[in-house]
Amino acid sequence: MSAIPQSAAPGSRDPAGPTGRGTTPNSASRPRRPRMTRRARRDAASAVFGVLILAVLLFPLYWMVNTALQPGTGMADLSWFPRTFDPGNFQRAWESQAGNLLTSILVALGAVAVCLTVATPAAYALARFRLRGADTVVFATLITQMIPGIVVANALYNAYVELELVNSYLGLILADASLGIPFTIILLRAFMVSIPEEVLEAGRIDGGGQLRVLVSIVLPMSRNALITGGLFTFLFAWSDFLFALTLNTTDAVKPVTLGIYEYIGAHVGDWGAVMAVAVLSSIPAAILLIVAQKYVAAGISGGSIK
Amino acid sequence: MTMPAAKGPLRSRTLMKWLFITPALLYMLLFFGYPLIRNVVMSFQDYSFATYFTGESPFNGLENWRLVFANELFTASLWHTLLFTLGSLAGQFSIGMALAVFFSRRFPLSGLMRSLLLLPWLIPMVVAGTVWRRILDQESGVLNESLQALHLTSSAVPWLSSPDYALLSVVLVNIWIGIPFNMVILYGGLQEIPSELGEAAVLDGAGPFRTFFSVTLPMLRPVVTVVLVLGFMSTVKILDLVLALTNGGPAHSTETLGTLTYQLSFLQLDFGQGAVVGNVLIVISMVFAAIYLRANRGGVAR
Repeated sequence: MSAIPQSAAPGSRDPAGPTGRGTTPNSASRPRRPRMTRRARRDAASAVFGVLILAVLLFPLYWMVNTALQPGTGMADLSWFPRTFDPGNFQRAWESQAGNLLTSILVALGAVAVCLTVATPAAYALARFRLRGADTVVFATLITQMIPGIVVANALYNAYVELELVNSYLGLILADASLGIPFTIILLRAFMVSIPEEVLEAGRIDGGGQLRVLVSIVLPMSRNALITGGLFTFLFAWSDFLFALTLNTTDAVKPVTLGIYEYIGAHVGDWGAVMAVAVLSSIPAAILLIVAQKYVAAGISGGSIK
Repeated sequence: MTMPAAKGPLRSRTLMKWLFITPALLYMLLFFGYPLIRNVVMSFQDYSFATYFTGESPFNGLENWRLVFANELFTASLWHTLLFTLGSLAGQFSIGMALAVFFSRRFPLSGLMRSLLLLPWLIPMVVAGTVWRRILDQESGVLNESLQALHLTSSAVPWLSSPDYALLSVVLVNIWIGIPFNMVILYGGLQEIPSELGEAAVLDGAGPFRTFFSVTLPMLRPVVTVVLVLGFMSTVKILDLVLALTNGGPAHSTETLGTLTYQLSFLQLDFGQGAVVGNVLIVISMVFAAIYLRANRGGVAR
């Protein structure tokens, strides 16, 4: 990576731009030093070591992309770098999985909508209203995260048979939303507790009811927390395999996680295409990391600890 | 009711406030409370292929429980689950901790690197399992090819195709998946510890290891507990990864309580026995839930 020589330069210690003199051109005006400082040498060593760690831990993902980009069925003659781009694998993957990818998107978006609609008012009430029993609800919300999905699926399947929700978008969306609701309630509540009381008081004095205050004051202030909750619910639903596997008995509603599972069963030889499907189903995670880095870190620590 | 004699408007306002919580409460009752209870009831019912057509599942007492506990596969699955969970947690936690400490040095690009390391945890588990299935392939997987090219092994290791190796391989892959989660939370915990403490220890003549074990680690204890218990909860119920990597095989050597529940309920359509295994899984989880809530009590009240 091109990062290494750069990081060895003495002045580049603060990657977070706004500190110090942001107006001076970065390297031109810097005084030349004969030797690296101790700190810079340590930084350089750390960065090199960091790149090594990354290379080892991310190798499987590199290999996924590498296999997907190479022609043939990806058997023993695979080379370490793709020399030419061969779209064949992606074409075959797209032909078989485009519909499933669309299903995944629809189900995940549906789950996000259900989750935010249900979780937001609850989080607000649990954070701001003095209600007898509110602590019990928070407690129960924490506990739900510990119930194994297969146990839920076991009972849910039988209930869904009776309600005729098996093989339906609605059924899968509702089940997938349950993956995000406790998490989102806890995350949003933790944020809404910190909104200053005076701000809400002002809204009430203006004559707004609780719902008005929630919609016009609390929601805009909680934008980041809402985005985090929504992004994670999307990812939970997108990654869901268990509910897709158990709550569907036909091909009517088949997300890509189920698609890839059946694909390895049916096309063991065609690893190139299987890896292309794997790449396609990893795209949301990659996008999430690129566009919403700070929300991801906030979500992992916020949702689990608080 | 123990409620104080509330005046009309006050009571209706309380009611209005509860309306905010009602949808979520209903949702959680339907999707978590109901399954919990229904599983207990189902474990005393007789489900079979016939149930699928007749819809009848008569009560059969303790028959399901007797059958499950007499089933050697159940004992084996329990044992595999235990090994899998302990192995995964030990690996995830120690490597995650090492990385958290390493990244606390905050060198150039360390933030970007930390983010990229999250990828294995963010992609769907089935996808991760599929990728590793390819890498660990005995004949043409890149791992065996590399090991043999470097003369580290004389013959191809049957990572997923031998009962002796399969469970170990699944543990290794799960460690890979879990490292980012452990790293992020432990890193967050490390940032909360005032740096003066470590500096004071160093001034007192403590080396880096001594400082870590007698200053940093004790301060980090609440975070460590949370990481381990949350890790336990998500590991003990493992299903996706095993299905994608080995389907529970070879020769049931990677069958866990999660996959056994799935096998019994959804492949053999014996939901009664599946519910028994599910209930065992819940009991195990609840014990650790108790530990978690004890450790997390301060956090809930906030």
